[in-house]
Amino acid sequence: MIFKDFSLQGNIDFSRRRFVTGVAAGGALLGAGFKPGQVLASNRIKQQAQTLRGNQFNLTYSPALVNFTGKDRFATAINGSVPAPTLRMKEGDNVVLNVTNQLAEDTSIHWHGLILPSAQDGVPNVSDGFVGIKPGETFKYTFPLKQSGTYWYHSHSGFQEPTGAYGAIVIDPIEPEPFSYDRDYVVLLSDWSDENPNNMYAKLKKLSSYYNFQERTIFDALNEVSEKGWDGFWQSRGMWNQMRMSDRDISDVTGYSYTYLMNGQTPDDNWTGLFKRGEKVRLRFINSAAMTFFDVRIPGLKMTVIAADGQNIQPVSVDEFRIGVAETYDVIVEPSSEQPYSIFAQSIDRSGFTCGTLTADVAMKAKPPVMDKPIILDLGDMGMSMSGMDSMKGMKGMKGMDHSGHNRASMKSTPQYGSGAAGYGSNRQVKHQAIEFGPHIDMRADAPQYRLDDPGIGLRNNGRHVLTYADLKNLYKTPDPREPGREIDLHLTGNMSRYMWSMNGVKFADAQPINFKFGERLRINFINDTMMNHPMHLHGMWSDLETGDPDYIPRKHTVIVQPGSKASYLVTADAMGGWAYHCHLFFHMLGMFRKVEVS
Amino acid sequence: MKNILILIGLLISSMAIAAGRGDDPLLAKVMIDQFELRNTAGPDPIVLQGQAWIGKDMDKLWMKADSERVSGKTEELELQFLYSTAIAPYWDAQIGWRHDKLSGPKRDWLAFGFQGLAPYFFEIDTAVFIGEGGQTAIRFEAEYEILLTQKLILSSDFEVNLHGKDDVETGVGAGLSDVELGLRLRYEITREFAPYIGINWTSMYGKTADIAKLAGEDKTDTQFVVGVRAWF
Repeated sequence: MIFKDFSLQGNIDFSRRRFVTGVAAGGALLGAGFKPGQVLASNRIKQQAQTLRGNQFNLTYSPALVNFTGKDRFATAINGSVPAPTLRMKEGDNVVLNVTNQLAEDTSIHWHGLILPSAQDGVPNVSDGFVGIKPGETFKYTFPLKQSGTYWYHSHSGFQEPTGAYGAIVIDPIEPEPFSYDRDYVVLLSDWSDENPNNMYAKLKKLSSYYNFQERTIFDALNEVSEKGWDGFWQSRGMWNQMRMSDRDISDVTGYSYTYLMNGQTPDDNWTGLFKRGEKVRLRFINSAAMTFFDVRIPGLKMTVIAADGQNIQPVSVDEFRIGVAETYDVIVEPSSEQPYSIFAQSIDRSGFTCGTLTADVAMKAKPPVMDKPIILDLGDMGMSMSGMDSMKGMKGMKGMDHSGHNRASMKSTPQYGSGAAGYGSNRQVKHQAIEFGPHIDMRADAPQYRLDDPGIGLRNNGRHVLTYADLKNLYKTPDPREPGREIDLHLTGNMSRYMWSMNGVKFADAQPINFKFGERLRINFINDTMMNHPMHLHGMWSDLETGDPDYIPRKHTVIVQPGSKASYLVTADAMGGWAYHCHLFFHMLGMFRKVEVS
Repeated sequence: MKNILILIGLLISSMAIAAGRGDDPLLAKVMIDQFELRNTAGPDPIVLQGQAWIGKDMDKLWMKADSERVSGKTEELELQFLYSTAIAPYWDAQIGWRHDKLSGPKRDWLAFGFQGLAPYFFEIDTAVFIGEGGQTAIRFEAEYEILLTQKLILSSDFEVNLHGKDDVETGVGAGLSDVELGLRLRYEITREFAPYIGINWTSMYGKTADIAKLAGEDKTDTQFVVGVRAWF
């Protein structure tokens, strides 16, 4: 274990993270199912992904040695690289992808966000007829490309994705694009740990706060006392103490274990993209991390967001956006000077960051800005209503509860929101079923709210214009304007301290599949009964996120459900067969997972 | 005792590694809460207090050990073997067997208790014991931690024991028998390994105190301690 300290500002001491190359393979090699004899010294790779183009792709899984921290570790590489190669395809093509398994265990590839037949979706024992790819075997994926944009692919087997099995997909459109740009870069964000994911999961089960080094200290408490007085202090602490939860519990795994990467480069490496003054640069951001949300900005540049999850949206100009695990955002920037700009992606808990440089001169690298302060959750993030809190003992006169600053005012200006009409979210009462009570569930949101125009914890009132889901409007007309025929409520549930995760109080191992009727239009209502952000991913069908405009509903494949909040989207069940439906946080998805059957 | 505990720990942890990729793998945890030298007037005792469990999210086999060695001789040893099941988000109920091996006599008990986290982050371990010959005992333990920094942690613990009947052989009297208060300052070099220094205060009451006095022991004792806390 590398010993790291984090100051309040969380600056990383780069000297401890020197990127060491050419070190002989050590004894302490970790890996997911690799036999040490399989790896030769020549398998050591540079973490640079190549780009493969065309409609035929050969992808080979093999273990490879990587070195992101100064220590050699095994990674799950595809064609010898981490990240895996970028696949550049053309909309309308029939693509063939031959995936060969040279690992010692079963593998798979899931094409994240692509609309394709279930049998090609690559989730073992969920996708129709697919049981995984055995060691030594080759599986031929083949499907037509019905879409364009930025997507990604990753293993859906074992602990392969967090150990490197992820890469970018770029599909060029048939029709000319509705925007122009001169340069085009993939910016793939990820998190690397030298630890074996198996051990990380065990640590979280034994001590769920294992990786959190931003807990409240006695000095924080004394500061609060001097600010608010004893009464104020006890009132603000009371609820958290009653609940036995930490208002500083943001990420399950932090920079204590993770080195955050941009296109496979460490912050020290500082990935570089070139531009000439006056050029428009398209950046395709993909969050392929296992457990990390990133807040992304390029100080000095406005970013025009043109696509979300690969789908074009009405352009919106922002300073910053939060990208949940598995989401993608395409932005265009226009550097007006030749100075180097830092592409800065800090982890949601501010325990670390990754960064790169946009520069006109390859010799000039941008210095990343200082990280924001660690985040402290408020009771709104626990799904408590303002009125509910007033009635709670000791909540009166509480400071720091000023939700007016949370930019929720626009909810009032769209009174139809929550009316139940297509595009406006559900008007259903939130109910908690009996199965949601017991040792496996530690909280239920009393009054979960839609928080579409809330940029999320740590981004409210930060002086920057931050993208919210309310900003997302499809560039094109809603293809299926039907009203939803029915609604399905899915509560995101768990027990943080026992580190158990489930949906509707039932974990995947004990759950029945969710049935969709082929052709139906239905609404999914997520109620987040936890204090974590969950990026929920439905395979095979679009998640038409209801952002308040029924005519231009944005289509996503992964939707963040904020802590203690509600989120609704419409789904057209136009894809027969079995599909995975889960939280994309790697250590949550084992339990917070469902099979969807469309028939 | 220490060796046995570590051996058992190693055995079960090696059994439990990578037991499946489900959401609820079989895991084992060994916790050495106190392994310390106590500075007293006479020969300094070495105290080991630890726990270990093996199991899954909801159900576990739980072992607790408490031993005191003086001059290379085990003076006191208490072992509990319990079945533990989750009954609430932060609470486990535990039932099983407690075995005491003192320098002379041995005692066996049925143990039944609750362990978990109370509001305001108090870690609680409380149990009722029913022994041979109708002896009964109640124990209540609470621990509270204050973070001075993310790694420098002050923990305070409190333990009280009550007995239903006199048992002169083992030195306890009916009623409130003893209270222990501890304050330990540890530095977590890693999450799993933390050396500490501290102070430990014990006091005996009622008939228990009388028996101790007859044996020439002090009713109260304040000890400086130095030790390590570890888990894996």
